[in-house]
Amino acid sequence: MTRYLLRRFASTVVLLLVMVALIYVIFYALPSNPAVLVCGKGCGGGQLAAIDHKLGLDQPEYLQFWHFLEGIFVGRDYSSGPDVSHCAAPCLGFSFQNDQPVLSLIGQRLPVSLSLTTGAMVVWLLVGVSAGVLSALRAGRLTDRVVTAASVLAYGAPIFVSGMLLLMLFCGYLHWLDFPVYVPLTENPAAWAKNLLLPWFTLAIAQAAVYTRLTRTGMLETLSEDHIRTFRAYGVRERRIVGRHAMRGTLTPIITLSAYDFGYILVGAMLTETLFGLPGLGQLIVQSSNNVDLPVVAGLTLVAGAAIVVANTAADLLYAVVDRRVVLS
Amino acid sequence: MTAELITEVGVSTEAPTRGRQVRRRLLADRMAMAGLVVAGVMIVAALAAPLLIHLEGQDPTTYHPELLDSARGGVPRGAFGGAGGAHWLGVEPTTGRDLFARALGGARISFLVAFGTLIVQILLGVSVGLAAGLGGKVADAFLGRLIDLAISFPQLIFAIALLAIVPGTFPRPILLMIVIGLFGWGGVARLIRGQVLSLRTRDYVAAARLSGAGRVRIALREILPGVSAPLVTYAALLLPSNMISEAGLSFLGVGVRPPDSSWGQMLSTATTWFQADPTYVLVPGLLLLLNVLAFTLLADGVRTALDPKAPSLRGGRK
Repeated sequence: MTRYLLRRFASTVVLLLVMVALIYVIFYALPSNPAVLVCGKGCGGGQLAAIDHKLGLDQPEYLQFWHFLEGIFVGRDYSSGPDVSHCAAPCLGFSFQNDQPVLSLIGQRLPVSLSLTTGAMVVWLLVGVSAGVLSALRAGRLTDRVVTAASVLAYGAPIFVSGMLLLMLFCGYLHWLDFPVYVPLTENPAAWAKNLLLPWFTLAIAQAAVYTRLTRTGMLETLSEDHIRTFRAYGVRERRIVGRHAMRGTLTPIITLSAYDFGYILVGAMLTETLFGLPGLGQLIVQSSNNVDLPVVAGLTLVAGAAIVVANTAADLLYAVVDRRVVLS
Repeated sequence: MTAELITEVGVSTEAPTRGRQVRRRLLADRMAMAGLVVAGVMIVAALAAPLLIHLEGQDPTTYHPELLDSARGGVPRGAFGGAGGAHWLGVEPTTGRDLFARALGGARISFLVAFGTLIVQILLGVSVGLAAGLGGKVADAFLGRLIDLAISFPQLIFAIALLAIVPGTFPRPILLMIVIGLFGWGGVARLIRGQVLSLRTRDYVAAARLSGAGRVRIALREILPGVSAPLVTYAALLLPSNMISEAGLSFLGVGVRPPDSSWGQMLSTATTWFQADPTYVLVPGLLLLLNVLAFTLLADGVRTALDPKAPSLRGGRK
């Protein structure tokens, strides 16, 4: 186990370093003139030279990469004479368009994305697991077939299409909800939840379908196992068998698997935030990409990539701990 | 020589019966057949787009301000977004461009990018997978890591990043194929590698090796035919996922650019019109939904037909 942990940890670190290098190459080494991209449209020659100097672009490549790494671990200063911009560790870059370190931009947007994703996760686990259990207990009957058809439909629909359809139904046709506007949780919890209802369901729908399938299959498998038959033979009531014993066998691996969904959540949040105009991280990366604010895109890509790599490692470990049948190799 | 004889005999006695069986199972699968019909109609419509648009008598880029109600912010006059004999699916708000023509253009882009990306994914995935499975221990250790890397990277986020730094003059559909393909071959490679590892210990491969066949020959002539069935299934599942990726990137504004049209891009401009002009939202939205569903059902049908014991999207009768 210790050897496995060490090896897994080492490969995660290598993966992260490769990613940092890749992001550096894409954003700072590949573009022919990063200063133009950093500065945005309409920058003159003098300004460009100043930015080159300020960013350290007049130094050799390997030194630049070293400063990039240094920034992540101990922070760095961008200076051109009197004009010094300090970027504290972990420095993910400096957005000259916003005149702010990328990290503080991320900090401002994070609560929105967290509100969206945690709520959506609750929705899809609740909806997915209960629909899956229902479908398994009624296997082959009408309820099962309706749930299955609905899950195929929900699984196939791209997020921005299902979100748009929800928007048209609840906001355009039924007038139950207004077009979502982000209200911070600390300001008004009720308005926060009401405004996020549509985004939560939009992000959750496809994922709920996946969990419906997983729960249904898992439940049917567990119910056909020997220990369940023994419970039945002893006269344990069906409700108790399903609710306690079968649920445990079904849910443990499924909940553990949800750590792998991290990548999906990030991409889904990006699309959902763009659709509803929520000022989160996803909207930030899309806007920065359209404004060619490269340090922001690079910083966000780095954070997202690192988060996914770490989440996947955590999921692997968690899964191995929960299900001892998984061979550690 | 002996090895060739063995495989040839094996193929000639087995393949036709198996092929017929698969076809029969697929034909009996009603959902898959529905998917096939819808997908087929869509592909034909996309291929014949210039003809159909000519038949309608419109084109995708002409502005028709006379069809818009400027008092209501440029909403098309008439019911259903101005749909009728002249404009079969109505016109776009604020510009008055013909929606039928633009939707067909979107279909062309969708298929072009989905199939083009698939080619990139299969070429990259099959070569890396074969090399990892047959190239020996060191190659497998290195390529195995590379495959893990490709799978765990958040592809859409990297795609956005790459699309941001490529100059606008580069043809977008081709760029999309490269970018989505470049981050989406990991699954194919993992599949091929796994298959190769289990196939390479088979007797017929050993026989080929003993009779002096080289590594490349073994890879292409002995192993590759054996992995074709799971590869077909996987490729079929990749198609709808590629369509969603293209639509998603275009929806985010980093994909297909005007004057080309894409369903994703149409949806992103339609967001603000969902109350005033629902037709404008529904045309690209439902087309994309229908198309993705058709290809997903077809792929699921192919999977069950090739391997009836495989877990199906539709659950099977347990």
